[in-house]
Amino acid sequence: MSSAQFVQYLISGITLGSVYALVGLGFTIIYAVTKIINFAQGEFVMLGGLLSFTLIHRAGLPFVPALILAILIAAAVGAAMYLLAIRPSRKASVVSLIIITIGAAIFIRGIAGQELTKDFVRLPSFSGEESISFLGAHIDPQALWIIGTMVVVTIILHLFLNYTMVGKALKACAINPVASSLVGINPKTMALVAFTLASALGSIGGVVLAPLTPLNYQAGIMLGLKGFVAAAIGGFKSPVAAVFGGLLLGIIESFVVAANWGPFTSAYKDAIALVVLLFILLVRSGRLAEEERAG
Amino acid sequence: MRNYFKYAVVLFLVVSLLALGGIGCSTKEEGGATPTPAATPYKVGALFASSGFNSTLGQTQKPTVEMLVDQINKAGGINGHPLEVIIYDTKSDTATATTLANKLIEDGVVAIIGPTSTGESMAVKTITAQAGVPLVSCAAGSVIVEPAGNNTWTFTTPQLDYVAIDRIYTYLQEGNITKIALLTDTAGFGAAGRKWLVNQTMLSKYGLSIVPDGDQTYGTSDVDMQAQLTKINGTEAQAIVCWGTNPGPAIVARNMRTLGMTIPLFCSHGIAFKSFIDTAGTAANGVIFCAGKLPIVDQLPTTDPQKALLEKYKTDFDAWYGSGIANTFGGHAYDSLMMVVDALKAVGPDKAKIRDYIENDIVNWPGTGGVFNMSPQDHNGLPRDPKQAMILVKIVNGQWTWLQD
Repeated sequence: MSSAQFVQYLISGITLGSVYALVGLGFTIIYAVTKIINFAQGEFVMLGGLLSFTLIHRAGLPFVPALILAILIAAAVGAAMYLLAIRPSRKASVVSLIIITIGAAIFIRGIAGQELTKDFVRLPSFSGEESISFLGAHIDPQALWIIGTMVVVTIILHLFLNYTMVGKALKACAINPVASSLVGINPKTMALVAFTLASALGSIGGVVLAPLTPLNYQAGIMLGLKGFVAAAIGGFKSPVAAVFGGLLLGIIESFVVAANWGPFTSAYKDAIALVVLLFILLVRSGRLAEEERAG
Repeated sequence: MRNYFKYAVVLFLVVSLLALGGIGCSTKEEGGATPTPAATPYKVGALFASSGFNSTLGQTQKPTVEMLVDQINKAGGINGHPLEVIIYDTKSDTATATTLANKLIEDGVVAIIGPTSTGESMAVKTITAQAGVPLVSCAAGSVIVEPAGNNTWTFTTPQLDYVAIDRIYTYLQEGNITKIALLTDTAGFGAAGRKWLVNQTMLSKYGLSIVPDGDQTYGTSDVDMQAQLTKINGTEAQAIVCWGTNPGPAIVARNMRTLGMTIPLFCSHGIAFKSFIDTAGTAANGVIFCAGKLPIVDQLPTTDPQKALLEKYKTDFDAWYGSGIANTFGGHAYDSLMMVVDALKAVGPDKAKIRDYIENDIVNWPGTGGVFNMSPQDHNGLPRDPKQAMILVKIVNGQWTWLQD
């Protein structure tokens, strides 16, 4: 493998990994605050892309307002999902709530396919389509937008969680819900914030991804799964760990194709995500159980 | 107060759900206009993948059939009998397709057209054969009808899969290309195509070889193929053959441009949609694919036996369903239905006679896919000579252009 090829695989992996990271961030935030794994997380990536396309082509909105509105609508869908599906059944066990999120995912997918479009849609690139040369590798400018967006979003999220009242309350709620409600933080409000924030993050991923690759109403399934693996690698603990998990998964996938080693041809690219997940679960299961007991 | 609010929200959701329509309704959809009460209608069944992962292919098939039923019934039906086509959505699922095939047989249809994909057709054909109902499939898998002797009750109207590969390999040979790389979808259509693409007899017939590391695949839901293409970029391949349906090939075209790859990209008829050009953008330019004649109907000479028929289908469908959407897949549904309609016209609603008619009397029969010549040995009926069977289309400035060779 030449060094140019190496850089090419690496960048391709980081680009995809950044999208996985944005989805993984959503998983992590919701899990930290509510202990729910929200399997509808991938659907918000799909919503981000499809809503932007619909707003531009059917409502005739200009590009940037359409993207912002798409993210806001997706965030509102996330909030509505919490208020209408999760909150009314808050007395149910966490497992039931997770199953509810799967139901919500199917519902969102169905409505999107029926009402938005059944076609694959692609948004125009943010800044041209001429690829940029870098250390002998070629980069789609949109890939830089994706990576940049992920970095900026992660920094903003970090600042939000550590330096704002709402962010600190979210963190407090994640660390100890009982103690934080004693000091006047409403866990229900925080759960609502978590769902809204996570949906917004997912849809940002969709908005920046849609110019690079066509999305359709079913695109959220695989992206959600990859985001889940990213969050699992990060141990559902901190946002930075989820970002690390996403990038690692993207890079592994890319180099699996590069290696073409023995039976691991490119056909096994998706299977690798699941193998990584199984491995992580095996390694971590002991620690997770301990944390459960401690919690 | 809060409770009322909750009820109001639920009520609003229920009402909006009903208003959206379609959701929660039964999948049964009757095609066409009101039958005249005088004569009993002729019932034909149809199975199409209107939703699910094959919906890109199945999308135009249901409206095509609905349009034809409307036209036929407005013109007085078949020998005075109105035509009734019962259309079910297989949701791209083989198990659903078999259930629905049984349902159609119970509905008392005299023939079934579809399903959309090879997998579904393979599952359905044994059921229809046992029930003695002729099946005219809309899928390209040669396994569906070959050998014809074992598939007495089954026909299919698209150009068969290996013919499409013959067509592209012929062109490569004439362009003095010897080393190629493959990039195929791991799902149904791509995997079936790959089987023929890597077939050694096929390759040596055209003096082609696949470069080492040149047999790459991708998953249907993959969003990026740069890694696979980087692999191919490091080989001696002179051309890439990509077999799959949208959006895979569109991503490949875009990724190739990003990587600055200049070798030509050849695709299957699975990209013969306007949506390919929309999703690949300017990267679509230069891509070559094989297809039936529908995409370039405006460029056909007036002497072409299919020209008038294709033009009428395209104009009618544009008016019926929306401009620029007509494609060869809807065309397959057109051919399948019209064969059954011609049979009904000649022999009436008798399943065995309909089968015999399609096998023996669909001769020199122009359809959207080509001129059909069915026989007891050939249940596809289209020419196998690649240059006669299919044409090549090159995308130039975002337009389909006939690549005559």
